[in-house]
Amino acid sequence: MTAAPVETGPKSSSERGALARARLLRGLLPAMSLVLVLLAIAWLNPRAISYFGFSLMLNLAVPIALATIAQMFVIAGNELDLSIGTFVGFVGCVTATWLKDTPLVGVLILLGSIGVYALLGALIHLRNLPSIVVTLGMSFVWQGLAILILPKPGGKAPDWLLSLMAFKPPLVPFPIIAALLIAAVVYFGLMRTSYGVILRGSGGNAAVLERAGWSLLKTKIVLFALAGLFGVLSGMALIGITTSADANIGNGYTLLSIAGVILGGGEFVGGRVSPIGAVIGALTLALAASPLLTFMHIPPDWQVAANGAILIIVLAARVLISRRER
Amino acid sequence: MASLRLLLAKPWIWSFIGALLVWLATITFTGGYGGGGMITAALSLAVFTVIVGVGQMFVITLGPGNVDLSLPANIGLASAVAMKVMDGNDSMIAVGLLAALACGMAIGAANYLLIWALRIPPIIATLSASFIIQSIDISYGRGLQIKPPPGFASFTNWQILGIPVLAILTVLFSIGAAIALQRMIYGRSVLAIGQNIRAAWLAGVNVGRIRFLTYTLSGALGGLDGALLAGYFRGANVDIGNEYLLASIAVVVIGGTSVAGGKANVPGVWGAALFLVLLLTMLNTFGVSAGVRLLLTGLIIVGVITAAGGQTALR
Amino acid sequence: MPNADIVRLDGAEKHSGAANMDIIRLDGAEKHFGAVRALAGVDFHVGSGECVGLVGHNGAGKSTLMHMVAGTLIPESGQIAVRSRVEDNYSVPRAQQLGIRCVFQELSLCPNLSVAENTRINHPALRGLGWRRKAADLITAKLDEIFPDHSISAADIASDLSIGKRQMVEVARAFTVTQDPLELVILDEPTSSLDAHTAGQLLAFVRRFVAGGKSCILISHVLGEVLGNADRIVVMRDGKVVASDAAKAFDRDRLVTTMGGAEAREKIAAEIAIQKPETGPLRVRARPARQQDGNELVAHAGEIIGLAGLAGHGQTDLLLAIFAAAAARAKTGIEVTAPVALVAGDRQSDGIFPQWSIAQNIGIRSLARLRNGLLISPQREAELADFWQKKIGIRTPDMNNNIFSLSGGNQQKVLFARALGSDAKIVLMDDPMRGVDIGTKLEVYDLVREEAGRGRTFLWYTTETEELDNCHHIYVFKNGRIVAKLGRDELTEEKIIQSSFGDAA
Repeated sequence: MTAAPVETGPKSSSERGALARARLLRGLLPAMSLVLVLLAIAWLNPRAISYFGFSLMLNLAVPIALATIAQMFVIAGNELDLSIGTFVGFVGCVTATWLKDTPLVGVLILLGSIGVYALLGALIHLRNLPSIVVTLGMSFVWQGLAILILPKPGGKAPDWLLSLMAFKPPLVPFPIIAALLIAAVVYFGLMRTSYGVILRGSGGNAAVLERAGWSLLKTKIVLFALAGLFGVLSGMALIGITTSADANIGNGYTLLSIAGVILGGGEFVGGRVSPIGAVIGALTLALAASPLLTFMHIPPDWQVAANGAILIIVLAARVLISRRER
Repeated sequence: MASLRLLLAKPWIWSFIGALLVWLATITFTGGYGGGGMITAALSLAVFTVIVGVGQMFVITLGPGNVDLSLPANIGLASAVAMKVMDGNDSMIAVGLLAALACGMAIGAANYLLIWALRIPPIIATLSASFIIQSIDISYGRGLQIKPPPGFASFTNWQILGIPVLAILTVLFSIGAAIALQRMIYGRSVLAIGQNIRAAWLAGVNVGRIRFLTYTLSGALGGLDGALLAGYFRGANVDIGNEYLLASIAVVVIGGTSVAGGKANVPGVWGAALFLVLLLTMLNTFGVSAGVRLLLTGLIIVGVITAAGGQTALR
Repeated sequence: MPNADIVRLDGAEKHSGAANMDIIRLDGAEKHFGAVRALAGVDFHVGSGECVGLVGHNGAGKSTLMHMVAGTLIPESGQIAVRSRVEDNYSVPRAQQLGIRCVFQELSLCPNLSVAENTRINHPALRGLGWRRKAADLITAKLDEIFPDHSISAADIASDLSIGKRQMVEVARAFTVTQDPLELVILDEPTSSLDAHTAGQLLAFVRRFVAGGKSCILISHVLGEVLGNADRIVVMRDGKVVASDAAKAFDRDRLVTTMGGAEAREKIAAEIAIQKPETGPLRVRARPARQQDGNELVAHAGEIIGLAGLAGHGQTDLLLAIFAAAAARAKTGIEVTAPVALVAGDRQSDGIFPQWSIAQNIGIRSLARLRNGLLISPQREAELADFWQKKIGIRTPDMNNNIFSLSGGNQQKVLFARALGSDAKIVLMDDPMRGVDIGTKLEVYDLVREEAGRGRTFLWYTTETEELDNCHHIYVFKNGRIVAKLGRDELTEEKIIQSSFGDAA
């Protein structure tokens, strides 16, 4: 047995090539679904592919993307946040009332709500609680608070927020710039910094991290606080667009944000998430949700169904491509 | 004393204790007035949560990521199907119930088909499916104003000595479900899959069939629930099942079933359902506003789960 | 307390002068897990420049002791001293600071992170700008040093690597140095997923490392590795140290006797040789998916068939294909004529149901037979469990205890009981003896031969050549294909290595 290199040779290198290709394609899938939806829109209504068209169609993409990122942080730690939708609604109500009338109190409330998220992370870790139930309970809490703040639709967004969300940069529509910015910042923070590795590692193999001397309490708190932070940003962005608030305004965001993370290539367990994918997933959902359907002349009765169908089609395409790899 | 300690070690006991405390708080507030009627009402309403809760319990027990989000849409569609088939006619009650069951089973089977064929997480599969079912319901049930057959409506409200008959039947059904869970191949297989799906396959469990059966069962129970709800509330409605998404998950987990899978608990579903219903009754009795009611409900759910503690860590 | 067993020979201490001091010393370390006493007052020390071999059966307390050295477990009584300084608040970060590292038996990489990122987890100093480059360079350099032809990239995601490569990364990571010193590395079964070539590279590196004045604790069930590489060998049994002596003072037989192992393995060879089965009816005929020539695996009733070759060359894949073919009853080109059961090698991911009792873990494969009418009979389930507890020697006071109350070797016995207690006529074994102590092994070998004598067929993938002694025929695998079929009498280690490395297609 003369120095026969073990586990090298053609087999393993070709295998690794295949795995790398598979991972690359998996990474490209979210982008491909977005392109697909864009192509469909371009085909149905070429005029929509313009500065103005995108500004209009992606109107709600920014808050959805922010909520999706919030959900992604929670999923990165193997938890699930079923309260993000009502939390966004709560933030919206605070933004349209306190933040406009008494900014200082508004800021304190919002910071406090991020603190509540951090506490939830600590509670879930320390008591080893199922996050689904805790956040399920919290979804009632946020909704209750929202109704107490704003019993019926109303309020008004602060002017600075309105002008920010109505910003019209040259050449590229604001929602696209915002989405790129969100994706870039979160990608850098979670995927490239040294503490981002620890955060993702806590979802991958928590026992290993603990043994290496890292505090799992801290990672969970940080992940939940980040979710709270992006939830706050999402609620504010939403009110910046809709100008006034309603206690139920964010309710749909819980399921949208989960769908966005999954469409973006994330997985429920194992710390496998992708910030860029999540933003792309959110954009795909935002586009597929209404503009595409309007162009396709789908009667209102069936718009929800079409939503589901698009989700299924995109996922089916993903499976077809992934399956070929195996 | 030892038996008391044994009883306290059961994960489901806490939900019953909670329900009892809430009931005591309410009748203290009312000065003992209406305590019995409150239990009757709670039993009648809890039945609907228990039926879907048991289905959801089997699904959640299949392991992480398994949850049936299509239940509300399922309940809505099945309620419309049942009312349309019964068409206010007492002779069609059985046919209508069967139609609702079949509708639910078809939805459950379709859910599993999506999970299996697309290999997507059940959360997303049932979510996508629920969008489609919701549309079908909106389109099918548009302007549906059919009242349930009088015989069916009175059946769902029938009481013997203040105990709803439906509740008695549901208790019997729960006992059956508990036996199926612990003593039948089906239940053992569900528990095995929930703990370790790969190990279950390698130990000879027919994973695909068990998962299919579980989603179909959950769908069927959703369908049945829809028909019963339509009977109880005198008519079908697209939104009739909305509150059962959160409720079905909440009763499963408050009842002591592990969201990590592989550990389930039927009595706890009853305790948790009674607890939630009584909690709402209590807050209504106290006359608090909607916002406060939601806030307190949420805080109490979080409080209960914190007090009951999490699952003991594996290993 | 069988104190009479204790053989302590202090002549084992190195006498290389006054400069020699203990890196770590534990005195009277004690630990209980529930009612189980894992460590009963153990004294243990490692000198600098010393490689200590630690052997003992599963459940003897080796892992518990090593967790204490690494700081992950705190002894209930007794004290720990590092470099003669008593550590009162010993912990993982403290051990790290003092230069004590551990490669644990459970694979401890984050599967979702890259090799470089996994390195960063163990090095708080890898931060700030350019940390990714630094981490990649650090781990690549160490991999190059230990496994010159490793072909692992720092950007590879851990879950994409084979189990052997993951183990290589873990070992290499333990030897990387940033701000904290490196004095002592604990290697707990470091070669369990490595093939002979890489294992050799690792052991050679360990010798270089120790020669450089550093220390190492080597735990291995491959006694040859310990005898050939350790300076001193510590033998543990029942939570106690029963011998500590220079490696030269031991030979294989003395080690096995001290560990309390059963008779030597020549007996097996003799037994299997006389037990030549008549050819029974065909049980399995299967051809690996990548096989291009006419080679195929054929197994008859009563045969024990070995699947050999380097780790990860398609043996497990073929076993799983046979299992799937039996489960699906589909025509896949694989012929299986009887019910199949599988004994998993990776207990945690492929075998154990963590919430269940020992009895339930055994019964799951036989539920249909345990029924009384529609319901599973608890009584029959208990009978099945008790029968196998006696037959296979599962060491527990109560079969209704949780499966994790058992030591690793006993958990593996439960998996054997599950398969052998079922109606399966064909038993597939996926390297089930990985990391199992020799006493358990010998018991299981006997059982396998006995069951084969009753007409059961065994397909046995193993990475340990010694185990092939139990087989009637051996198929050698390479790159997903069968490259050789050897009869019992042709079986030699050289022959297998030759086939595994050769270019034969």
